[in-house]
Amino acid sequence: MGQVPEIEPELRRLMLAGLGGDAVAYRQLLADLNPRLRRYFVRRLTGALAAEASDLVQDTLIAIHTKRLTYDPTQRFTVWVFAIARYKFIDLCRRHRLRVTIPLDEELALFAVNAEPGITARIDVADLLDTIPQKPRELIRQTRIEGATIAEAAASLGMSETAAKVSIHRGLKALAARISGAGHE
Amino acid sequence: MSDDRLANPDAFLDSLAADLRPTPRSALRRRLLAGLGIGMVIAAVLMIPWLGLRADLAGAVSGPIFWVKFGYTLVSAVAGYIAVNRLARPGGHDRRAVAIAALALLIAGAAGLVQWFGAPPEAQRALVLGGSALVCPLYIVALSLPVFTATILVMRRLAPTRLTQAGAAAGLLAGSAGALVYSLHCGENGLPFLALWYTTGIALVTALGALTGRWLLRW
Repeated sequence: MGQVPEIEPELRRLMLAGLGGDAVAYRQLLADLNPRLRRYFVRRLTGALAAEASDLVQDTLIAIHTKRLTYDPTQRFTVWVFAIARYKFIDLCRRHRLRVTIPLDEELALFAVNAEPGITARIDVADLLDTIPQKPRELIRQTRIEGATIAEAAASLGMSETAAKVSIHRGLKALAARISGAGHE
Repeated sequence: MSDDRLANPDAFLDSLAADLRPTPRSALRRRLLAGLGIGMVIAAVLMIPWLGLRADLAGAVSGPIFWVKFGYTLVSAVAGYIAVNRLARPGGHDRRAVAIAALALLIAGAAGLVQWFGAPPEAQRALVLGGSALVCPLYIVALSLPVFTATILVMRRLAPTRLTQAGAAAGLLAGSAGALVYSLHCGENGLPFLALWYTTGIALVTALGALTGRWLLRW
């Protein structure tokens, strides 16, 4: 079952209190899980599925809530949450007829503390990218984040390489403007 | 982030927390047992006018064979219940259930073989085939359907993540419960019959669950 995440005792305590009817502890638990789930899904959903991350976070939180009676207090809480998140992720891929390979032991992907800064940076980039139009956004995501060549990215969107270059250039300029604009506020 | 719910994630979390009700540890077990109980009552209510109780039931309960059949199906049902209880939970799996079911089958199979080898050749055929070998598994499948349906309906509202295994577990529980109800009708007395045809009936329902689990149990 891998290493026990550091946060396990704390989350488990909140969950047990929640199951006992303590809404404050339960609310705190959900508030802790929410950003973790968001990071987890944002990192896994790229390309056409990137827009689904937020819905998936909500679905997972609803499942955690409505299916809380399936938590067995003799088992690890983080394993339980991770199994629900993973099921929701696989179910989404199945609905979109995607074949994915999911490493088996990823509980720490959801609950590791040391992984957070890098992931947060990635979310910031994702949020920022969402502010520019779809075509340059997709091109930049593919070429600058996922490491595709400009030719590959252009082909995936059915555009010429020259048009793609221009679009990326404009998109990066827009992003730069957003960042410096945000900096002056 | 244009979505309303996302514009205000706090309100969403608040709404979940506001919906919180105390959840006793026994909540899951109670649902499963309620489904099992209702399913078995329906199976018995269907069977009594359809097949009837065995005519010699009052006498049979004082002999060992009735209780061997009862015990075999009961142990198998317990294995199914343990498996369902684990597989209805996210990430759950349980090898104990498989071990119990395998052990029960092994004992029944060994007992059947001992009785078969110990019997005179002219009696062996009757020990294996009895008078109802071909219909026995089919009756067991039919009588298991109420428990199967009830268990699937309960499990859909829980959170199985290994759907094929969870379906097989539901099938093992339902098949064994159906066989237990059927044993109140069945007048066969051969241990080889029990090991072969009861097991076939239970295995058919288990296979049905394994094949349909990934569709029936999606949530």
